[in-house]
Amino acid sequence: MPRMLSYEDKGTFINSLCGATKLLFFIIWSITGMITYDTRVLAIMLFVSLIAFRISRVEYKDISFVFKLIMVFLFINLIAIFLFSPEEGVKIYAHRTELSHIAGRYYFTAEQLFYEANVALKYFTVIPIALLFILTTNPSEFASSLNKLGVSYKICYSVAITLRYIPDMQRDYTTVSQAQQARGIDMSKQAGLLKRIKNATGILIPLFFSSMEKIDTISNALELRGFGKNKKRTWYASRDFEQRDYMVIAVLLVFAVLAFYVTFSDGSRFYDPFLMV
Amino acid sequence: MRKTVVEFRNYTFKYRTQAEPTLSDINLTIYEGEKLLIAGPSGSGKSTLANSINGLVPFSYTGETEGVLQIMGHDPKELGLFGLSKLVGTVLQDTDSQFIGLTVGEDIAFALENDCVARTEMLDRVKAAAEMTNIHTHHLGHSPQALSGGQKQRVSIAGVLVDDVNILLFDEPLANLDPATGKYAMELIDRIHRETNATIIIIEHRLEDVLHCNVDRVVVMDEGRIIADTVPSELLSSNILKKAGIREPLYLTSLKYANCTIRSSDHPENINRIALEDSRQRLKEWFENTSVSSAGTESMPVLEFENINFSYQPSRQVLSNISFSVMKGEMLSIVGRNGAGKSTLSKLICGFEKPDTGRILLDGSNIENDSISTRAVKVGMVMQNPNHMISKPMIFDEVALGLVTRGHRKEQINRQVEKVLKICGLYPFRNWPVSALSYGQKKRVTIASILVLDPQMIILDEPTAGQDFRHYTEFMEFLLKLNREEGTTIIMITHDMHLILEYTTRAIVMSEGCVIANDTPAAILTNDDVIAAASLKRTSLYDLSIRAGISDSRAFVQHFIDYDRRVRE
Repeated sequence: MPRMLSYEDKGTFINSLCGATKLLFFIIWSITGMITYDTRVLAIMLFVSLIAFRISRVEYKDISFVFKLIMVFLFINLIAIFLFSPEEGVKIYAHRTELSHIAGRYYFTAEQLFYEANVALKYFTVIPIALLFILTTNPSEFASSLNKLGVSYKICYSVAITLRYIPDMQRDYTTVSQAQQARGIDMSKQAGLLKRIKNATGILIPLFFSSMEKIDTISNALELRGFGKNKKRTWYASRDFEQRDYMVIAVLLVFAVLAFYVTFSDGSRFYDPFLMV
Repeated sequence: MRKTVVEFRNYTFKYRTQAEPTLSDINLTIYEGEKLLIAGPSGSGKSTLANSINGLVPFSYTGETEGVLQIMGHDPKELGLFGLSKLVGTVLQDTDSQFIGLTVGEDIAFALENDCVARTEMLDRVKAAAEMTNIHTHHLGHSPQALSGGQKQRVSIAGVLVDDVNILLFDEPLANLDPATGKYAMELIDRIHRETNATIIIIEHRLEDVLHCNVDRVVVMDEGRIIADTVPSELLSSNILKKAGIREPLYLTSLKYANCTIRSSDHPENINRIALEDSRQRLKEWFENTSVSSAGTESMPVLEFENINFSYQPSRQVLSNISFSVMKGEMLSIVGRNGAGKSTLSKLICGFEKPDTGRILLDGSNIENDSISTRAVKVGMVMQNPNHMISKPMIFDEVALGLVTRGHRKEQINRQVEKVLKICGLYPFRNWPVSALSYGQKKRVTIASILVLDPQMIILDEPTAGQDFRHYTEFMEFLLKLNREEGTTIIMITHDMHLILEYTTRAIVMSEGCVIANDTPAAILTNDDVIAAASLKRTSLYDLSIRAGISDSRAFVQHFIDYDRRVRE
């Protein structure tokens, strides 16, 4: 099983940014992406996301599993929108271009298709940034950034430790699943999907117990070295803002303001290409 | 008058969840700058004693205390866990899960972070602690998980030293280390002791390995009580070790076999210093005059590796040109340092990985196209940690799992499971939950769950790790019985030199992906080149033979092995 969602320092520009900068970027980026339905803004954001992804040198195989999972959810989401509200796009854009009739009240309309394409686009603008944030931020540094923003360090540390244990859990998962396979419990693609799901539950119990063992040790280790003694603590991994951090934040803010301006300039957060025609 | 740092007076402790006290009526005084070993079998209370000193008892593991305990003149209850952590530094046994920091530097700095030490000062102190424990500066940015077992331990030690504590507590420091690294660890602890003059308390049951360096005093615990509190030489010339189920150094066992008397004035604690004037002659006579025949049996190969090459990534060869065979009914060990390719070997046998070139034959036929589950019927794999294998809450269900998934009939499953439970001595527990079992019993459950598929061969990864002498003997005798009575071929991947000497007839030594030796344990544990490459340690029997003037050390070690097997039968 490939490693997934674990931090790795590849020495890129994105790695060199302060954790707080990346957190801020992620938050503002997501808000912008969530609010705007302006296709032009979304297209630019998608383009920027892909460039950022390229710069980070994160490889597709590092995220393939999570990516596929998100794709499944996106697909379900799009189908659900269509099932529950097939005329949503028509309502939003206030005109109807019927393409073909499917059954009952379900029609393909250009407006609905365009609306759903925008929804998909929103997913694609935020996903790369979210994944990048996780893959390029040192969990401890992330914790220290959160702490800087005023979040209690105990909460920050639990987040950091959770992130840090992802690779460990993956290693355990591999060991446990091999132990099960060695007893003849088929986890390979030869077995049917249902059977595989059923067999996978056999992995969860050993995984749970070995994690409990780890938690016991780690909580002892934390206490024995004075974790939780004071209201505050200092951070070995903390980093101060540097010029590039200010630069990135400045560019981000300018972009966000422009994005909102473009989005709302026509009085609605939807962009309607049909009017141009 | 030496200053007292730890004092127990009529101290008794009972865990909240237990009916009987784990520590009873402890009276113990530890002085400043002393180096103390606390030895005892599992469950003797030695870890609880250590945890009373660092405060985990009673602050994390609650219970009732009676009597007096003072640490540096303070009542632990006044100091609290955090106050104690400034006085007592603890290096936990499990080097893997005690890491908190993401990088080595961060982990060392952890105690300082919690003390709000400014970052610039922190960097300096971390560097100093790293130097003290021989950690390279360029390792400070690495992940602790990427280090070797010995390096990991040094990081844990540095994380404690960074805080200038008065007492250093080591909980089973040798548990996860190979013999060579363990030796180095004891030397490092010895150096820290000399340089910092801190009080050192070591909890360990591997006496011979700890005594590699000087120890001032040994406290032996059994069933919650201190049964001996004396200097090493006195202890070794008494019969307390046998009573407490602690293994004595092999050279002393050998001297006893030769009917030599061991006096405390002869320095029995150190193989290089022990006086042999009176024993030399007896030892020679024992070696030359008692004859023991080692039975060699010829049989058919059950597993054969033919020129196996394997790599995970094309750039790095993990196994190169491996060839060996395992005979039916053999009990053999595969040894080598971490990363030598031992585990990869077992993955190839089980089918988790496929060799790039070469053939693996099982019972004479190529298993290239057999799936993992097909192979599982012939070869059973037992992991080191039983918690990684057990997936059912009840013992019976756990053992039956392999048969159930294969769709066997119910009566047949019951019959087979019961038979296996009897072989493994688990029949009385068949309706128990797994969680009620001890570590060693859980290990048996995992073996039972493999045996139920009736494999011809089982592979065990570090079968004796984390077990004391009593459990070790019990477990290994069980495997031996399985081997003799059921004819099961047993392959053990191990670092345990006693296991290699006492229970295997052959050892395959791997180093950097190659088989560098394939010989009897006596030959391997007396060959310095092989020992160094595999991160093993020369057996003290070798040194004994040299010091006794016996030139054929290898034959002497072999003689000991054969004699020892006969005595135990």
